[in-house]
Amino acid sequence: MPTAEGSLGFTRTERAVLFTGDDPLVLAGGRRLGPVEVAYETYGTLSPERDNAVFVCHALTGDAHAAGHHGDPGRVGWWDNLIGPGKPLDTDRFFVICPNLLGGCQGTTGPTSPDPHTGRPYGLDFPMLQMTDFVTVHRRLLEHLGIDRLRAAVGGSLGGMQVLQWAVDAPEQVRDAVVVAASSRLTAQNIAFSAVAREAIMRDPDFSDGRYAENGRPPHLGMAIARMMAHITYLSEEAMTEKFGRRLQGDEPAGSRMGLGVDFQVESYLNHQGETFLDRFDALSYLYLTRVMDYFDPFADPAAVERIADGGSRFLVVSFDSDWRFDTAHSRRIVRTLEHAGVPTSFREIRSAWGHDSFLLRPPGYHETIEAFLDGAAR
Amino acid sequence: MRPDLALVADLVPAGSRVLDLGCGEGDLLAHLFRERSCSGTGVEIDPDAVLAAVRRGVPVIEVDIDEQLGEFADASYDVVVMSQTLQATRRPADVLQEIGRIGERCVVSVPNFGLWRHRVGLLLRGRMPVSHELPHPWHETPNIHLSTLADLEALFTSVGMRVEERIVLDEKATRMRRGLAANLRAGAAIYLLTRERSHGTLGS
Repeated sequence: MPTAEGSLGFTRTERAVLFTGDDPLVLAGGRRLGPVEVAYETYGTLSPERDNAVFVCHALTGDAHAAGHHGDPGRVGWWDNLIGPGKPLDTDRFFVICPNLLGGCQGTTGPTSPDPHTGRPYGLDFPMLQMTDFVTVHRRLLEHLGIDRLRAAVGGSLGGMQVLQWAVDAPEQVRDAVVVAASSRLTAQNIAFSAVAREAIMRDPDFSDGRYAENGRPPHLGMAIARMMAHITYLSEEAMTEKFGRRLQGDEPAGSRMGLGVDFQVESYLNHQGETFLDRFDALSYLYLTRVMDYFDPFADPAAVERIADGGSRFLVVSFDSDWRFDTAHSRRIVRTLEHAGVPTSFREIRSAWGHDSFLLRPPGYHETIEAFLDGAAR
Repeated sequence: MRPDLALVADLVPAGSRVLDLGCGEGDLLAHLFRERSCSGTGVEIDPDAVLAAVRRGVPVIEVDIDEQLGEFADASYDVVVMSQTLQATRRPADVLQEIGRIGERCVVSVPNFGLWRHRVGLLLRGRMPVSHELPHPWHETPNIHLSTLADLEALFTSVGMRVEERIVLDEKATRMRRGLAANLRAGAAIYLLTRERSHGTLGS
């Protein structure tokens, strides 16, 4: 069992150029990309045997800063409750690695990076990506760090999809795979939500065919609407009811201020989510990364799961009962496919009121299960 | 390991892929992995038991045996084990059909409600039995479908399962040398079952 939980304290983001013009990244779609720089953080100490590395893959709008703080101890990384001394990803035992993914906008090469051929940001000239491209870059980062094999790969949502793809691409490299609140194939409804978000961005006049960086006016309106809508899908109805109910802004009695502005607290909350998103995320990254999820379908190739079975990875799949972004049926599909192929697979549906966002929180049983799985993997 | 689990383990051929329905903390599977080179999966719904099993490296899928055995494909396991679990299911006949669909062989162990002590207690005292095998008072027991061995064997036949082997246990859960008057004398029994040929289309 974990001892008292501690904090990682100050952490910093490192950068490494993993592919160059001479040694470009060859994408699954055939195009070449170089240079590729990756922002990443590491926590804990790599063992002399180099056998204690745990790779964390972030979700759609995450970044390399998963744990610890960058100067303000009150503002910790996005998965700080999971990573640190005495926590399930125990940095007293594990060497934890978390990069920003390819196509992102938090330090790793993406659509706003300069195109070496023109000197201008790539914009829509940036190539379309596939899940396996993320994994190719992750694997190059491991090579850069001198690590052959992972003790575990862990991810939630899009992060879990990367973990699954990694087990398909290089199962011998992933001993234990933890896939949380993820999907092996989006439904029409999932794609529909992504489509509306992309439309909101691309129909914003400031989108300027993806050249907004050059005129300094990003498509803020489209971005905020995309984020507001996506955020609705990250919370359960129950969570929204509990958080806001039908409460109005301010103290006036209901009806006295009825208008078309921000009357209800939930509207204010969504506005806030939309606004804060503008400071930290890029519209083109949003378009490219959501599209990767839409096309992800690793089990369409029947050989994929056989490769996992031959490679010897063990899986833990976790879903949350109130998640309707990727509901438990998505996780069950992953479990059915893996289990039927003989892959050692554990599965739990955790009770949580907080919807898809639960993977970032600590509903009872969730962290305990990850901790037990990684502990069991040690035997 | 519980003594009856050791007897169950003896019915599982080495190297089998095993599905243990109601695996608890994974005692049987851990033993089979270690001692008999088996592989497989446990199913459990008690959260603490799931954590304990996962912690020892036993894969556990948390699904409801009454509702969700459809998650497992036809003939996907060599052996399906239900140890002291069938009597706690809501529709034992449906569960038996399902495990026959999933496994080539099934090992089912059950407490015997027909034990003479239970009969005498009910007859003389008019109270539901509480014993080593059935330790809960009637209102708290998870064992909602109690049967005698005779009842159970009739059910096996009706769902098209053949008894290949029967091991009867006395009230201390040790193996009885002779199965004479088992329905009266046994505290529990372990059955090795296969599908009757006429019901065997799923296994093809």
